[in-house]
Amino acid sequence: MRGCVALFTLTILSGCTGVQSALDPAGREAGTIARLFWWMTIGSMIVWLGVIVLLIYSVRTRAESFTRRKARIMIVGGGVVVPVVVLTVLLLYGLAPIPAMLAPAPPGSLKIAVSGEQWWWRVHYLPPGQAPIPSANEIRLPVGEPVEFHLESPDVIHSFWIPPLGGKMDMIPGRKTRLVLTPSRTGVFRGACAEYCGASHALMAFSVVVQQREEFAAWLSHQSQPAESPQELLAIQGAHLFLANGCSACHTIRGTAAAGVVGPDLTHVGSRLSLAAGILPNDPNAFERWIGQTHDLKPEVLMPAFHMLPPEDTRALAAYLEGLK
Amino acid sequence: MRETVNKQETLWLLAFSPAIWAIHFLLSYATASVWCAKISGRDNPIDGALLAILVYTVLALAGIFVVGWLGYRRHRIGNGNLPHDDDTPEDRTRFLGFATLLLSGLSAVATTFSAFVLFFFRRC
Ligand code: HEC
Ligand SMILES: [Cu+2]
Repeated sequence: MRGCVALFTLTILSGCTGVQSALDPAGREAGTIARLFWWMTIGSMIVWLGVIVLLIYSVRTRAESFTRRKARIMIVGGGVVVPVVVLTVLLLYGLAPIPAMLAPAPPGSLKIAVSGEQWWWRVHYLPPGQAPIPSANEIRLPVGEPVEFHLESPDVIHSFWIPPLGGKMDMIPGRKTRLVLTPSRTGVFRGACAEYCGASHALMAFSVVVQQREEFAAWLSHQSQPAESPQELLAIQGAHLFLANGCSACHTIRGTAAAGVVGPDLTHVGSRLSLAAGILPNDPNAFERWIGQTHDLKPEVLMPAFHMLPPEDTRALAAYLEGLK
Repeated sequence: MRETVNKQETLWLLAFSPAIWAIHFLLSYATASVWCAKISGRDNPIDGALLAILVYTVLALAGIFVVGWLGYRRHRIGNGNLPHDDDTPEDRTRFLGFATLLLSGLSAVATTFSAFVLFFFRRC
């Protein structure tokens, strides 16, 4: 029993910190939401306590001891005036921060287009005055700057949510939605799809890295470059196999003949923190598993499994992809 | 004119205030959405729609006030004191009148709450 209670408390408390907690804010918008959450919680606790105290009081006092006047004050005051005042205050307090959160980012801010697709994230960085820079399944942001996300979806409704940075926003087919986030400290966080979108909805996450401006700029400029040619024999073999096996029909690796757009851009896939939308670590073993057991790892995924490839080929492909830093 | 007891008691008056509240909400919502989608565009001020919603709100509150007033008059017929729980047509009328009055109060507060959005949202 005691173990149960301890486990329960631990489970509850572990929700309060960590890479995916809205209660451990790392951004301006999330800070507003967390403050709102705490005040609303405190407000409802006070209301609840007040009602309980009144309940006990009403059970323990005798009705005859009330004058008509006093009873009327209790009923009109406690039943009408207090609830209206309390609700009005909480409502105004809750409405007040919304306009600032919905406002577009100031002109010249970094914009990032994200498309939620079953079950991964297509990302394009749109730095002012530059060509779009494609990436996938990972978001990097400069600290302290408002960034405007343009969200959409080609298939079903998804929802883009990075709990430590801010609220969530739906990605709706045929529409463009917008979300502004302003990270306030550096670190690695985790985002997830927050709207059920099919069999592998729960396997649709992404890492979020908040960096200093210079680090971010260097990273982004590297991402805009084409892939480096492999040097090791195994990886060179992998590069050939990538084209020979038709991976290139769905995946782009800039600087090579691979220019497919069905799946994620793999130009710098080896440099990402995780693989396949946040479900695997980024190491050669994970690449091999993903290529050979795609459907065991992600049910109904739109990439065919290549379990018919001989293990040497899978290993070569993994070496090549892992090397794409 | 004094309110008199009607033997054919009707429940309709009771439903009027909440109905006005619902219609006010729906109309405001529809006006704002259509305005933003078809007329102003998403990054522009929403002033035109806000003006319309302000008008709806004034009309709705006036309507709710009238219904509440009618309810109050029924509640006050004769010299019946609360609670109106006698098994007579008079007390039934008073009871329904009083309930109408209370529901009108609730609807007025709710309609005002919906209109609060006016003070906060300046763009679509
Ligand atoms: C029919 C199109 C298609 C083909 C062919 C295809 N893929 Fe994929 N691939 C996808 C899609 C779609 C995803 C995203 C799956 C998801 O996470 O939901 C994906 C994801 C991946 C990822 C994970 C990317 C990331 O950002 O983490 C890797 C690695 C990958 N594919 C490698 C390969 C290799 C290697 C081949 C060839 C052996 C291949 N793919 C063939 C469609 C395809
Ligand atoms: Cu989903």
